Amino acid sequence: MREINATQITEIVRDLCIEANCHLPSDVKEAITTCRSCEPFPIAQTILDKIEENFNIADADNVPICQDTGLACVFLEIGQDVHITGNLKDAVNEGVRRGYVEGYLRKSCVKDPIDRVNTGDNTPAVLYTDIVPGDQITITVAPKGFGSENMSQIKMLKPSDGLQGVKDFILKVVEEAGPNPCPPIVVGVGLGGTFDKAAYLAKKALMRSVDERNTNPFYAQLEEEMLEKVNALGIGPQGFGGRTTALAVNIETLPTHIAGLPCAVNINCHVTRHKTVVL
Amino acid sequence: MEKKITAPLTEEQSRALRCGDNVLISGVIYTGRDAAHKRLCELLEAGKELPVDLKDAIIYYVGPAPAQPGQVIGSAGPTTSYRMDAYAPALLDIGLKGMIGKGKRSPEVVESMKKNGGVYFGAIGGCGALLAKCIKKAEVVAYEDLGAEAIRRLEVEDLPATVIIDSEGNNLYEQGRSEYLALAAEK
Repeated sequence: MREINATQITEIVRDLCIEANCHLPSDVKEAITTCRSCEPFPIAQTILDKIEENFNIADADNVPICQDTGLACVFLEIGQDVHITGNLKDAVNEGVRRGYVEGYLRKSCVKDPIDRVNTGDNTPAVLYTDIVPGDQITITVAPKGFGSENMSQIKMLKPSDGLQGVKDFILKVVEEAGPNPCPPIVVGVGLGGTFDKAAYLAKKALMRSVDERNTNPFYAQLEEEMLEKVNALGIGPQGFGGRTTALAVNIETLPTHIAGLPCAVNINCHVTRHKTVVL
Repeated sequence: MEKKITAPLTEEQSRALRCGDNVLISGVIYTGRDAAHKRLCELLEAGKELPVDLKDAIIYYVGPAPAQPGQVIGSAGPTTSYRMDAYAPALLDIGLKGMIGKGKRSPEVVESMKKNGGVYFGAIGGCGALLAKCIKKAEVVAYEDLGAEAIRRLEVEDLPATVIIDSEGNNLYEQGRSEYLALAAEK
């Protein structure tokens, strides 16, 4: 049994909040650069140039890539041979609080969905925990902006809707989102499980590198096919027209009920942020 | 080629802008998003005076990140505009001329823009670090309790934006996309 003090987690979460918000992951940067070189439409080329200029400024000046520094989504994969001393949830929230206050990040969290008073420090985190083999803790912070989150949808498809139903639904969500979620977007798809689990899978799909395909060849092929189809819509960067509507379609799946085919589509903007540390 | 414009914007100037025009905005603009719009419209409904003069004004839909030491303002890109659709026509009716944001607008907003000579600009969403460099001065002028959502008076210099919807209702999202699709079909 390995002992880990919760205060160690606070430090890491603090640093990850700042890092993730100021430095775009290299896979996303490379995808934007690749799309720029394949983009035939002039206005789209200009927008992609500006997007590159923006993440370079954020890197150089250590400032947030986007003013929407998100709700702090924190994923913990906790090894079953770890014992944590102290209160884990409090430690994570303290890390978020310190990251957002000390890192000059925007506080975008309201305490109650109806009366909408800001919590002032971006807490609480949206916290997911998973128990895994081993004696390590993998900590991922993924600040999620809501321009794109608001464009996400879930549908409880019927088994008879099948593969075609899934394809149609993904395209419908991207079409309806149009220019709103700051394209080029990353499309996270969760298939199977329950209503809640499908949405969770879609979010998890956004944590995967945009250059990494599903390990199942069927879904890897579906990801590529759907990326082609999404980019044939012509929405383009910022919705001004162009080829580059999405950088990737990432699909995650789980077994599901004989009566169901839950399908969740979680949209992320071109500022697809996540940063991981293994403790 | 970019057109240079200065805020506040007269109706003559705003009506001269066309969908697809790239502009560089200088002058004084105000920030406002969901919570501030709600309060402004509640004041209007109650027949009370607004804390800012919106005649010929441009509102930038933005909730900036906090300024780091030595900065005027933190990252400051546009937020999605449709959330302000419920409030925008009332503000256009009292003289608001320009809105800077990103994303689609409702038919009601477009009708009100046509009637009042309003124009809808898009700034590049997700480029807050770049756009903040065009903001030379920022001060909170109303609703400080709203934090990032407070109304700020900004002095901007050459803030890059594109006319998405002009005062005749022409829409770049529709035009740009069909132009691209026509180009793609040729190949």
